[in-house]
This record gives sequence, C-alpha cells and structure tokens, in this order.
Amino acid sequence: MFSVVRRFLAATALALGGAHAFAAEVQVAVAANFTAPMHRIAAAFERDTGHKARLAFGASGKFYAQIRNGAPFELFLSADDTTPAKLEEEGAAVAGSRFTYAIGRLVLWSAQAGVVDDKGEVLRRAAFAHLAVANPKTAPYGAAALEVMHKLGVADALAAKLVTGENIAQTHQFVASGNAELGFVALSQVWDDGRLTGGSAWIVPAGLHAPLRQDAVILARGRDNPAARALADYLRGAQAAAIIKSYGYGQ
Amino acid sequence: MMSAADLAAIRLTLELAAVTTAILLVIGTPVAWWLARTRSRLKGVVGAVVALPLVLPPTVIGFYLLLLMGPHGPVGQLTQALGIGLLPFSFAGLVVGSVFYSLPFVVQPLQQAFEAIGERPLEVAATLRAGALDTFFSVVLPLARPGFVTAAVLGFAHTVGEFGVVLMIGGNIPEKTRVVSVQIYDHVEALEYAQAHWLSAGMVVFSFLVLFLLHSRKRGSVR
Repeated sequence: MFSVVRRFLAATALALGGAHAFAAEVQVAVAANFTAPMHRIAAAFERDTGHKARLAFGASGKFYAQIRNGAPFELFLSADDTTPAKLEEEGAAVAGSRFTYAIGRLVLWSAQAGVVDDKGEVLRRAAFAHLAVANPKTAPYGAAALEVMHKLGVADALAAKLVTGENIAQTHQFVASGNAELGFVALSQVWDDGRLTGGSAWIVPAGLHAPLRQDAVILARGRDNPAARALADYLRGAQAAAIIKSYGYGQ
Repeated sequence: MMSAADLAAIRLTLELAAVTTAILLVIGTPVAWWLARTRSRLKGVVGAVVALPLVLPPTVIGFYLLLLMGPHGPVGQLTQALGIGLLPFSFAGLVVGSVFYSLPFVVQPLQQAFEAIGERPLEVAATLRAGALDTFFSVVLPLARPGFVTAAVLGFAHTVGEFGVVLMIGGNIPEKTRVVSVQIYDHVEALEYAQAHWLSAGMVVFSFLVLFLLHSRKRGSVR
C-alpha cells in the first residue's frame, strides 16, 4: 500500500518537475521475438537505475513506418540489422549509436513431443499438413527459415504446406495452438533458463543461415534523453547479457 | 501497378465476400425473423450474441476461432471426426470466421425490416388462409426487400474490409487465404508503399461507392 502511494508521489513529482537527471522515462520499440527477455531486462534496468522504460512490441517493418511518421519512440530494438542502419542513414536515428544487442537463433519447433527430431529430418519426411514460418518478406526469422529450407533442398517440396505468420509472435501462436504441427520460431520463444519449455525442437545450426544480427539504435527523439542512453548502455552490460543468454541468444 | 499477387488477392476477397453473404442471407433470415417476432426471454441473449462482433476486437474473435477450430478445440475435433480436417489456414475456415464476423451486419437490417412490416399484413394473409411459408414468401419477402438489399450490401462490404480475423486464422497463403487487406498490410510492412497505395486507394473508392449507393437508394425510397 505504502509503496503504491510512494510510487504515485514519485510519478507525480516526475510529472510536475519534468525529467530529473536521476529518473527519466524512455519509450522503446522492441522486436516481437525479444518480448520475454526485454520484460526482464526492463525490470532489472528500472530497479538498478531508477529510470522507467515503456515497451512496445511488434514487427520491425511496422515500427519503421511508424518511426518515419513521427511515432514517439526513443530507442529501437530491431529484429534485424538493416532497418536500424536505414533509419540512421535517413537521419531518423542518432549517428553512431547503433550496436548489436543479440544474435538470434532459429529453431524448428512443435508443441508436441516426438514430432521434431534433433536433426530436422522431419522436414524431409514431410508427414505434416502445415509448417508455420514468419513472413519471409518482412521478418528476418522468416527469411532465415526459407534459407534453411533451400540449403536442405526441401523448399520446393514444402512450399504448399507453408503458413505465414505476420511476425514471429503470430507464427509461434500457430504452432502453440496446434493448428500448424510445427514451425520455425525464435529460440527465445521456447527456451528458458537453458532448457526447452515444452514440445520437441531442432535448434537449427547457425551455419545454415545468415546470422540473425539484431541491432538497436537510439532514435532522433531520444537524442537528449539520458534514460535512452542509459538503457542502450544497460543492454550491453553484464546484467542484460546474462538474461539475453538465458533465452538462447548469442551476443 | 498491381501485380498478379494483388489481383489474386482481389479475386479471393470478392469470392470470400460473395460466399459469406450468400450463407449469411440463408442463416440470417430465420434468425432475424425469430428475433423480430418472438416474445421469448431468449431474445435478449440471442440478440446480444448476434451483436457481439460489433463490439469485440477482431483479434479476440480471431484468437478464439483459432483455438476453437484448432486440433484441441471442440470445433476442430468435430470437423476432424467428420473427415473435413481442420479449418484454420483454409478458405472454408475464412468463410466460417467471416460469417460470424459479419453476422450483425446482415441480421440487424433484416430484423428491422421484418419489425417494420408489423402485424397487420400477416393478419390479413392469415384471414385469406395463407400458410406460414406462403405468407413468408408472398407477403414478408416482397415487403422486406429493401432490408435484404441493405443486409446483402453491408454483409458483402464488411467482409471485404475484414482484416484482424483473417490475419489470425488465415496463415497468409497466396490464393487461399491472402485477402486484399492482408496483402496491403504485407506491402506496408515490406515498405512497398507504392503497391500499398494502389490497393488502399481501391478499397477507399470501393467502400465509398458502396455506401454512396446505399444511402442514395435510401433517400430515394419512401420508408
């Protein structure tokens, strides 16, 4: 009860006094695949620094369109490395603030045990009706999935079985609900504390697709916000690194 | 200009809207008739269920349809037992979703049309010894014609404009579940703004024309 009151007073003081040097707020746009780790990182960040992080999750392409059209985001954690670079080139991001915060891992996953073997042979047998992937045109994990299928020589055979999620979160939902027997999702979605959370999976060897480098960048609106810079630094620190690694990302 | 994929999406959208509208007129008519005539206590419940899609976010409808029609859901288990297979990611699944999503847009105009007829023509028909079916086809249908036109046009247009439900249960498969609204979304996400404009402007013009015709007709008719 008291903590609620105290928080309310603190928020009021913040609102009245503007952004204090010691506690500011940062609006963050976060790629859907980084949802779970970012919740934990933001909680640790708020506890350690006193700043507040407001998180929005979604597809990177959509965020790009919104940022270019005046969305109030100050820090952008993209699912790829090209979108932040594009924003920087176009002057919508702070030059030189770009960095790789995580390297994504792709996983072929089924909500059922025993469906996916640990070599991905299930793709060659093709004894399933639907394979879910994220939209390869817009989602890096979808493009990586297609690359893997091409490398394995199964892309043409499986083309008719593909169902496409708008982003990696929706793709995961297709598989988790059982509507697609299996699908390519982000390891972070089915991985916690170094273990698979359920079902069966094949962690795709990183050599089968171009690295899923996920870059972050401080946006033009966050240029003078100390909290934006603090969160960017925090993402590169040891605290965040441990959380990011526990979800199966590389760094 | 529009690509082959865009045209395929337009064709699919029109097909979906046509099938959905036809089904809605068939099942919406008895429901609307019942709602217009009944004194049952269930009227409130049925009326509320019919109106639900008006207020529910499409994501809620799509999410529950995905679970209900999935392999662990009751509808999914029924369709599998009947040998139809699973409905998500299929045209049939989109039709089921669209029928529910556009239900109030067909039932409500019909119900209003039936209510506007009143008791008198039915009583006259009864004194002339017309049976229930005869009365319905010879008296009610002609009198409620404007209501049927409104219902069909709104059901069709609303299905064309559907997005959230299709996105959740469709799986974005070309020529099977990728309708115009999803295609537009894809173009925007892929930063293909020129193609997005073509389809989006087309949707604006189409929707305006539909509503314009509907409203001009209403003003012209004596109601």
